[in-house]
Amino acid sequence: MKINIKRDSIVCYEVNLENKTLLEILNDIKTTQDASLAYSSGCRSGVCGSCAVKVNSKEVLACSYHVQDGDLVEPLNNTPVIRDLVVDMDKAYSFNAKAKAWQSSIVNNVFLSDEDEKINEVQSDCILCGSCYSACPVYAVNKEFLGPFSLTRVWRYVSDRRELNKKEKIDTIQTNGVWDCTLCNACTLVCPQGISSKADIEKLRARSVMFGYMDPNFASFGFGGGFDGSPVF
Amino acid sequence: MNSVIIIGAGGAGLVAALSAHESGAKVTVITKEYPTRSQTSMAQGGINAVLSDEGGDSVEIHIQNTLKSANGLANETAVNYMCKEAPAAVKWLNSIGVPFSRTKESKIAQRKLGGAYAPRACYAQDYTGLKILHTLYDRSLEAGIEILNERCLLEFITNKDNNGKSYVCGVSVLNKRSGEVEIFEANSVIVATGGYSRVYHDYSTNSVSTTGDGVAAAYLAGARLSDMEFIQFHPTALKNSSILISESARGAGGHLLNSKGERFVNELLPRDEVARAIDDEIAKGYDVFLDIRHLGAEFIENELPQEAKLAKLYENIDPSVELIPIKPAAHYTMGGIEVDEYSSSSISGLFAVGECANHRVHGANRLGGNSLLELVVFGRQAGENAARYANSFDEKVDLSEQKKSFEDKIAKIKEFSSEINFYEKQKELGRLFYKNLGIKREKSTLQALLNEVKEIKNALPKMGVSDKTKEYNTNLVEFLEFKNILELSELILISAISREESRGAHFRVDFPFLDDEKFKAHTIIDRDGAVSYED
Repeated sequence: MKINIKRDSIVCYEVNLENKTLLEILNDIKTTQDASLAYSSGCRSGVCGSCAVKVNSKEVLACSYHVQDGDLVEPLNNTPVIRDLVVDMDKAYSFNAKAKAWQSSIVNNVFLSDEDEKINEVQSDCILCGSCYSACPVYAVNKEFLGPFSLTRVWRYVSDRRELNKKEKIDTIQTNGVWDCTLCNACTLVCPQGISSKADIEKLRARSVMFGYMDPNFASFGFGGGFDGSPVF
Repeated sequence: MNSVIIIGAGGAGLVAALSAHESGAKVTVITKEYPTRSQTSMAQGGINAVLSDEGGDSVEIHIQNTLKSANGLANETAVNYMCKEAPAAVKWLNSIGVPFSRTKESKIAQRKLGGAYAPRACYAQDYTGLKILHTLYDRSLEAGIEILNERCLLEFITNKDNNGKSYVCGVSVLNKRSGEVEIFEANSVIVATGGYSRVYHDYSTNSVSTTGDGVAAAYLAGARLSDMEFIQFHPTALKNSSILISESARGAGGHLLNSKGERFVNELLPRDEVARAIDDEIAKGYDVFLDIRHLGAEFIENELPQEAKLAKLYENIDPSVELIPIKPAAHYTMGGIEVDEYSSSSISGLFAVGECANHRVHGANRLGGNSLLELVVFGRQAGENAARYANSFDEKVDLSEQKKSFEDKIAKIKEFSSEINFYEKQKELGRLFYKNLGIKREKSTLQALLNEVKEIKNALPKMGVSDKTKEYNTNLVEFLEFKNILELSELILISAISREESRGAHFRVDFPFLDDEKFKAHTIIDRDGAVSYED
């Protein structure tokens, strides 16, 4: 079986393994053929978020993808490549802090029901693998976009009854935030945990409107666009 | 400067960081990956705490269960402290936003794990560790704690005070990206680097990073280690990949079956006993399976979603209708850096917490749900103590000359001939460890393995790295990890050979009984490799 890996140029490796995950194949190449190949891995079981790469242009976790003959493996998009399949996630993760993706205070006396917990159960499954970040087309035009995983994280906290200052959370995500998303849904399609950041961003938009914010794409045109409310581009 | 450096950014490291920060220290966390990629993300089952007396549970029973599972080797004071602090620990996690599963009565949901009298493990589906870790990470960002990613620990730098006692004054790390050695001065250092189960390589449930870096570095700096031979084998890892299937599957009523379809053990005994029973079946030539079919697809989907996904991916089976093939695999290392009641190692200012430390709460066998608990309870305590120590520390040590010597060591490794592929040796060592230092052990094979380890150690100059690149050289990083594994392998073996009895996770075929007279004591290893026993 042949597998193509994007390094400085595309390198083709021949491996005699069938029905293996991409991570198992990368380990085999590293330990038996070419020790210089660089990639990241950790848990092997889809929870540590280390091994996201692109295969045939689609983001996958190397530990959760079964390799097909002729696959092309590349590093994630929208992040600087350090070496081979390893990317620098510092800037991507810095958006969690910029978006203030945390509970704003320590809260002891709010009791959550079973239903309350279910509201953001899926969002709190996020493993920060960066697949959504890589798939997001907004970075082509706005490098400072808070991005899908950070906004999902904000929704996780905003939707939690233990968050007592929801307004501050919503205030923080107005610039380079919820209105910069094109709702293209690319993030949803690549998430290994079944999270839809696009849907979370829509919920954050609805919450923003409740706090008096408007979609700046409309606002900048005043009453622009058709009277039916359709935007003008 | 009251600076505290924390090596490791898993659950223990981040709890300690938050605590030291609250205590007023200037905290820097250094991790070889990124915080959320740590081993803690893999903890599934839950965190033990008695939250009410419903079902007849009590803190006292939690203490008793922990001591019983520890087989006489736990420190009662430490266990008392941990179990009493447990409700406050869970309350604190809840207060910072951990999304624990809830009951219909709006309480934190709890489930029964092996060796527990009652449902006591608070959980978030089977993502308990993941959700705790990520919430701690978010909290650390809120606190503005400095986190330096992608730096491997090289050594703890120590000095001697006027009385000749060692104290830590800094650390050296390898910046993976730049390939540069970096030196950090610190008044105190907290080691939170995790365990050493990857000694077993392919036969471990752990992350590939769990290579005992902090334990090896602490030992080389002169710290005492203890109970290194006590290694927990989780009964249910997937047969082909050693991927963990959580104990919660058995807690919920899952059965263990042999090839004849017979149950052969009470599935909810402590892990050491269940693992031995499975090992016996395998020795008889049977395959062993976990059966959760009768729990129903809906229950599996709601409570064990991760298990279902992993069984599908790695064994290509649907656990709601098929049996899951399993084997025991190395899961948790009870031993580690010997610490006192302040979480301090035998080197002043060097604290340790989490799996790398031995707080003597797990003894010869850890209870499921006590490791997440340990890292919160002792993480908070270690952070406070390290901050206090840092505040009173007034030595000024000049480390500017140190960098060169570490650079020379790296340069020397790069000159090794690499005529032997160390990855092959690592794989082979893991196999031999599983076979001869696994669930059952015996003097002659342990001794042979020790000789093998020494030979591999001597052959290190023929190994080394074929990749000589400076930037992001994972070949080099993995070689450094392999060196740590080798260092610890020898110490585990010496400890296992010396303990001529069977206790908890340490089962000697040639000494199959408990020997309280000689061995109801902790195995201590000093810097010179000498073994002694202490109460």
